[in-house]
Amino acid sequence: MSADETVLSATGLVMRFGGITATNNVSLQLKRGARHALIGPNGAGKTTLINLLTGVLTPTEGRIELLGEDITRLAPHQRVARGLVRTFQINQLFDSMTPLETLALVVSQQTGASGQWWRALGAAKGITTRAGELLEQFRLADVAQQPVKELAYGKRRLLEIAIALACKPRVLLLDEPVAGVPAGEREELLQTVAALPADVSVLLIEHDMDLVFSFADRMTVLVNGTLLTEGDPEQIANDPKVKEVYLGQGAVHG
Amino acid sequence: MQNAAKDFQAALLHKARWRPWEFAVWLVAFALPLLVPSHSLMVNEIAIVALFAMSLDLILGYAGIVSLGHAAFFGFGAYAAALFAKLVMPDPTVGLAVATLLSAALGAVASVTILRGSDLTRLMVTLGTALLLLELANKLDWLTGGADGLQGVVMGPVLGLFEFDLFGRTAAWYSLSVVLILFLLMRRIVHSPFGATLKAIRDNRLRAMAIGIPVASRLVTIYTLAAAVAGAAGALLAQTTGFASLDVLAFDRSADVLLMLVIGGVGWLYGGIAGALVFKLLQDWLSAVTPQYWMFWIGLILVLLVLVGRDRLFKPWTWFGRRA
Repeated sequence: MSADETVLSATGLVMRFGGITATNNVSLQLKRGARHALIGPNGAGKTTLINLLTGVLTPTEGRIELLGEDITRLAPHQRVARGLVRTFQINQLFDSMTPLETLALVVSQQTGASGQWWRALGAAKGITTRAGELLEQFRLADVAQQPVKELAYGKRRLLEIAIALACKPRVLLLDEPVAGVPAGEREELLQTVAALPADVSVLLIEHDMDLVFSFADRMTVLVNGTLLTEGDPEQIANDPKVKEVYLGQGAVHG
Repeated sequence: MQNAAKDFQAALLHKARWRPWEFAVWLVAFALPLLVPSHSLMVNEIAIVALFAMSLDLILGYAGIVSLGHAAFFGFGAYAAALFAKLVMPDPTVGLAVATLLSAALGAVASVTILRGSDLTRLMVTLGTALLLLELANKLDWLTGGADGLQGVVMGPVLGLFEFDLFGRTAAWYSLSVVLILFLLMRRIVHSPFGATLKAIRDNRLRAMAIGIPVASRLVTIYTLAAAVAGAAGALLAQTTGFASLDVLAFDRSADVLLMLVIGGVGWLYGGIAGALVFKLLQDWLSAVTPQYWMFWIGLILVLLVLVGRDRLFKPWTWFGRRA
């Protein structure tokens, strides 16, 4: 278990939809505890790549390994059980439940208790304790018993990430975590992102360059479904190719 | 922190706790054959359709699976119980168990049809399943009696002790007991972690998968269970009336049970009971008052119910004036 250990490895991923190639020979490696950012202009294929990694889509070609195990053809829920967890760009919550019920459910799913039908949700002490910790950590304790659909956007966003963390990820894919969050609630969210456990490998998909450069120690740039370049933040910031296709647009027009 | 955890636990458990009115509901239900002995047959019928409605609520209200063919399992259970009594042995509880298990098996097989697709395709495929069974029961007249129905079903005494009587009191208590036992089982399930995974699938299937819930196997399980309960309801009807006819599989039955849930509310087991009660009493009363047009009045009431909203229906002072 060295620090250099590769946790998630995608090799030569190709995804074709009919005649369109959405992902063209993309490879990506995530080390243990990595803070890796995936950037690229709209339509670069970031979402397709996430869907391939999480199992929503099965790649036309290529191979995905998690902790040395081939997961290319596993269903999404089987990948979650092995520690590959994601958040969504658009909140995907259980609107009729409360944050407390949501997290109690996720924790019981995580601990393998979700098949139980003879005892009530919350009857197991360890599950409510863990759910309570997450509610405190994500500053959701005061709204823990309100229906999720009535929560303010910032709180819903926090719950979105709390759900992912409740799944005990080894690899966490954060899909634009601060998208649409008002300025006043951003700080709270950024702190929780910064405070993610150090041994969790994070792949951050983000448009906000300030966040990307303050968070990531490594970056992959995707353009038109192809891997343009990969490097540390300094290399990426000074790469003329990246400036041209991505940062350059802002420099020229802004 | 420790206290907060305790509060959270109490809050979660509070939802699953029995309320005083629930005990009252069941006490009254069991007292009815004594209080109004002449209406025991009606009590029996309402108990059976309430069970049927609750079984639909398991898949519709809790797991979000729409069905226009839930009568497939009700009717299958009815024929299974009737045939078992006629061909194998007349003991009601054994027959009930056999019919329930067979319906569960049918549900497990049929569940593959509802795993994929949209609500619309599910409506069609469930409707198709029910029509298929209806046509089978019609064609296999050497076994089912076809359009004449399955005659000559004679039941033995319940548990070897209680003979079915002409006024339906034994029938009512037998059905109520079975309904209560299955209700207790369903009540446990919907408040359990397993039940919570169903609600998660209903609310957001994409996220349910993303937190590791095996969506397909959960849907198979609950569909099988709902089929078993619906089959038990059908078996009760066949056993207590000593008869099974094609109408147990008919489209009307699937539609009626859906209407009961619309009346009583989904995602709440008592919604099935309330809906069955209101629907049957309305049907009984309207068909006595206007034998030819009772469907019209039921339809009108349903339209009003949907327009006004169930919550507001019982608060007439909110009918006029501005909506919040």
